[in-house]
Amino acid sequence: MEPLLKTSNLSKSFGGIKAVQDFNVYINSGELVGLIGPNGAGKTTAFNLLTGVYTPTTGNIEFNGHSLVGMKPYKITKQGIARTFQNIRLFDHLTVIDNVKIAYNYHIKYTLAEAILRVGRYGSEEEVVEKKAMELLEIFNLADKKDELAANLPYGQQRRLEIARALAAQPKLLLLDEPAAGMNPQETHELMEMISWIRKTFDLTILLIEHDMSLVMGICERIYVLEFGKILAQGIPDEIKSNTEVIKAYLGEEV
Amino acid sequence: MIKQLRKQDVIFLLLSLVIFAVFQFLMSERILTSFWRLNVTVICLNIILASSLNLINGVTGQFSLGHAGFMAIGAYVSAVCTMFFHLPFICSILAGAAAAGVLGFCIGTPTLRLQGDYLAIATLGMGEIIRICILNIPQVGGASGMSGIPTETTFPWLFGCMIVTLFVLKNIINSNQGRACLSVRENAIAAEAMGINTTAFKVFAFTVASMFAGLAGALFSHYFGIAHPSSFTFMRSFDIMTMVVLGGLGSLSGSIVGAVLLTFIAAAMQSYPEYRMIVYALLLIILMLYRPNGIFGDKELASVILSKWKKGGENDGTTAENK
Repeated sequence: MEPLLKTSNLSKSFGGIKAVQDFNVYINSGELVGLIGPNGAGKTTAFNLLTGVYTPTTGNIEFNGHSLVGMKPYKITKQGIARTFQNIRLFDHLTVIDNVKIAYNYHIKYTLAEAILRVGRYGSEEEVVEKKAMELLEIFNLADKKDELAANLPYGQQRRLEIARALAAQPKLLLLDEPAAGMNPQETHELMEMISWIRKTFDLTILLIEHDMSLVMGICERIYVLEFGKILAQGIPDEIKSNTEVIKAYLGEEV
Repeated sequence: MIKQLRKQDVIFLLLSLVIFAVFQFLMSERILTSFWRLNVTVICLNIILASSLNLINGVTGQFSLGHAGFMAIGAYVSAVCTMFFHLPFICSILAGAAAAGVLGFCIGTPTLRLQGDYLAIATLGMGEIIRICILNIPQVGGASGMSGIPTETTFPWLFGCMIVTLFVLKNIINSNQGRACLSVRENAIAAEAMGINTTAFKVFAFTVASMFAGLAGALFSHYFGIAHPSSFTFMRSFDIMTMVVLGGLGSLSGSIVGAVLLTFIAAAMQSYPEYRMIVYALLLIILMLYRPNGIFGDKELASVILSKWKKGGENDGTTAENK
């Protein structure tokens, strides 16, 4: 079976700095893959390459049989890749429900004229979007906050809202950039359960960047380790845990 | 849900009809002096201009300073249509609006790739380029302007166009397209990641707003009977922007209140035109100190009243004129 996402020799340089080099990964449909590595290893750059924020210097990204290289971020989203951000990027001054509704944007088909006169598909489609958005908010325990401004939510709920918003775009592949950053162990545990649950319910493939090893080792089926922009190791969690190279990268060498 | 929204639309239209009837009565019975009649006209024009600029500056979060340029296009194209081609009035104003919209699209496509200050400078320059081009076309009067344009803009026309503008803008903002524009303002990177073509929606907002600026220009030239390049300098763009900022970026009610307020101030300062800009500047400084988000912030009058009423508090009794 062809993998859902496959990159070949993906590289990105910023001037003389090679942020990502020869990044070769594949993700099969339905997998939950982790991407770990020390700070500055190039994990977020890899995400930005996959989502079109950066154009790769060399290499190819193949998703679902199409090459994504040179595609604008919004087109990549339409192909079926949605993401969250390491530093939360919500639509701060819009309500929680509007944040989610925006992600349905390209699924809505009514024209401007129908919107202005409020006729035709406008009513039915807006109602569907409202209903779907509410369903998502209920899943993420945000339904009672729907009219709150996103900026006024506490940190943990903002993280959840960002995942809800990404799911609203109805992706095949979900990229989570440090979903557990800033969470306490209890919240991280809840998040872990939620990720496993949404993966089953929405039939998703997930790639996540994370520093929290308990989360990564607990739910990921396969892990890639990135260091200095290069893939250092890959394998199932147990292999990674005992990989001397990885331990060296994280903890340093024995004297 | 849709029924509720349609009900809002009907209430909006009925309310505007009542306001129209009141003003029409006051005008036809000559209770309003000619000074006030002129002011009501200018208010209507300014509301069209401010609320349309709000779609760019407030809703989509792009800083445009070239609104007067599009107004000039509307004014001149419609004047040419009535005077040279003898088209009926309605066709002329539609042609003026369409021409401004097309130009907005053509100019917006390259310039909206710029951000912040750069966009402001580009649009400012563009407004001036339009004005100076007109200044150098002898067929439309050049520096002496066009005169003898049939004065066909009556109060019902003006008020009708204003209501259409507000109605269209209100429903755009509350649609899928409007939400996309808002998301561009809030966070362009996240918007792109959610499948929104940010450039396309910026151009969309710019085009729609230019179109309404053209409409206002067309009504302007057919009200005063003249179209003169000096009416469309960047000072007018600045006036319109002040109205939008004063009322609150992103709030249509705010634009209306801003337009009414600043028109009154301008009228009151008519005898001392050199001090007008000082008053504007002071007003903006005071505003930035005490209400940095404008009078209304990004809220609408209806929602403010509704939320106060829901909380069981009294509504503050402020009603926007001409809403």
